[in-house]
Amino acid sequence: MHTIAELIIVFIILLDLALAVTGSLSVCIRLVAAQGVVAGLLPLLASSEGPASRALVFAVVIILLKGAIFPWLLMRARDKSGAHKDVEPLITYPASIMLCLGAFIASSWLGSRLPLPKTEVAWIVPASLATIFTGFMLITTRSKAITQVLGYLVIENGIYIFGLALFVEQPMMVELAILLDVFVAVFVMGIAIFHISREFDHIDTAELSELSDWRRGEYGK
Amino acid sequence: MEIIKPFIQFLAVMFLSPLLLGVINRVKALFAGRRGQPLCQLYWDLYKLFMKTPVYSRTTTWVFKGGPVIAVSAVVAALAVLPFAGRQSFLAFEGDFIFLIYLLGLARFFTVLAALDTGSAFEGMGASREMQFAVFAEPAFFLGLAALSRVTGQTSLAGMFGTLTSATWAAAAPVLILLTASFFMVLLAENSRVPADDPNTHLELTMIHEVMVLDHSGPELAYILYGASLKLWLFGALIACMVLPRGGSWAADTAVFLLFMVAVAAAVGVVESVMARLRMIKVPYMLITAFAFSALALIFQMGR
Repeated sequence: MHTIAELIIVFIILLDLALAVTGSLSVCIRLVAAQGVVAGLLPLLASSEGPASRALVFAVVIILLKGAIFPWLLMRARDKSGAHKDVEPLITYPASIMLCLGAFIASSWLGSRLPLPKTEVAWIVPASLATIFTGFMLITTRSKAITQVLGYLVIENGIYIFGLALFVEQPMMVELAILLDVFVAVFVMGIAIFHISREFDHIDTAELSELSDWRRGEYGK
Repeated sequence: MEIIKPFIQFLAVMFLSPLLLGVINRVKALFAGRRGQPLCQLYWDLYKLFMKTPVYSRTTTWVFKGGPVIAVSAVVAALAVLPFAGRQSFLAFEGDFIFLIYLLGLARFFTVLAALDTGSAFEGMGASREMQFAVFAEPAFFLGLAALSRVTGQTSLAGMFGTLTSATWAAAAPVLILLTASFFMVLLAENSRVPADDPNTHLELTMIHEVMVLDHSGPELAYILYGASLKLWLFGALIACMVLPRGGSWAADTAVFLLFMVAVAAAVGVVESVMARLRMIKVPYMLITAFAFSALALIFQMGR
C-alpha cells in the first residue's frame, strides 16, 4: 500500500518536471489536472485502515473539481483569449528542469530538517515543497497570464500534499474552504484573462506593465 | 566449474549480440507491413565485410585504422565486466562500474578520433555532435549506476545485480522504475536509435553516429558494426539484469534473460516504428530528462 503511495509521490514529482519542460499550453493544463487528480487519490492510500466514507466523498469532490471543472474553465479561457498555443518561457527549458531538480534537492534537505510529525509515506514533505516551488517557478518564469493561473493551481496542489503529510485526514471545513477559494479564484481569473485579452489583444504580462493610454499618446494613432 | 559458466556466458554474448539488430529490423518491418531482412542479416554482412580488402584515403594515418579496433576491444572488455542474467562474469571487481563507463568513453573517444582523422568536414561535424550528446548521456548513465549502487549497497556490477531481488523491488520500486526508464533513454541515445538519431539515414545532415563511420570500409566497418551490436547488448543487459527476477537454476535464468533481451530489442523496434526522430535541438532535452530521472532516483535513495 505504501509502495503505491510512494509511486504516486514519484509521479507527482515527475509531473512537476514535465510541467517545467512542456511547451504546449493545453498539455500544461492537462498535466496540472492530472497532478490534482493524483494528489486527490493520495489520502485514500495513505491511511492505514480502509478509507472512511467521508474521505471518499471528499476525494471525489477534489477529483471532480481539479480533474474536470478547472481544466474545462482553463481550456475555455485559452480558446477565448486566442492566445498562442505555446507557453513562451522567459528562461530555457533545460534551465527550468535544472531549477526543478535543485528545488527538489533543497526541499529534501529542508524536509529532513523540519520538525514535523513522522509520516508513514516517505518523500511526502519534499514532494510537496518541490511542487510548491514548481508553482512559483511557473508563475515567475512564464510570460502568459494563463500559466500564472496554472502556477497558482500547482501551488495549491503542493499545499494540499503538505497538509496530507501533517494529518492523514484534514478537517473537512478547512479543506472545503480552500477548495471554494481556489474555485472562485480560477473562475475569476478565467474571466479576467478573457477581459484582458479583449482589451489588449494579448495576455502577455510583460506588455501589461505599461498603461494603454500612455502608449497610445506616445506613439500616436 | 565456476570458470566454465562465465566463459560460456561471455561466448554467448559475443555470438548472440548481432541477433538483436536483426530483431529490431524485423519488428520495424512488421510495423511497416514488409517482410524485412532475415534475422541473421548482420552475420552475413559481417562475413562479407571481413572478406573485403579495405580502402584507405591518403590523408588518414594509423589512428584511422586503429580507431575501430580499439573501440570494439573496449566494448568487449566492458562486456567481460558486465554480469549475465545477474550472474557474475569472470572479470568482476569492486568499483567496476566506473571501469565500464570509462571503457565506453574510450570507445567513443577513438571512434571520434578516427572520424576526425579522415580530414572530412562532414565527419568532423558528426564527431562534434557525438561528443555534444555524450556530455548529456554520460552523467545520466553515471548517476543511474551510482543510484543503483546506493540501493544495493554494492560497488561492483555483479554485486549490484546479484543482490537485486524482488524484495529490493518491493522496497524501492519507485527508484528502480526511474532508473529503468533512464537507462532505456540512454540506450536509445547511445546506440543511435530513433528518437536521438536515425540509423538508416546515411547521408542526411541531421545524423550523428552514422556520419562518423562513412569512410570506413571492409574489416574496419565490420568491427564498427559488431561493436555497435555489442553496445546494444550491453545496455540491454543492464536493463534486463535490473528488471528480471532471479532465483531459479542457471539454465532457467539464462533462458529468461535471453528472452528478455529479445523483448528489449523488440521494444526498441516498436519505439522506432511509432516515434519520429526528434529535432536536433530537442535531443539534449531527452537526455536531460534521463539525467533528471537518474538524479531523482539518487536523491530519493539518499534520503531514504
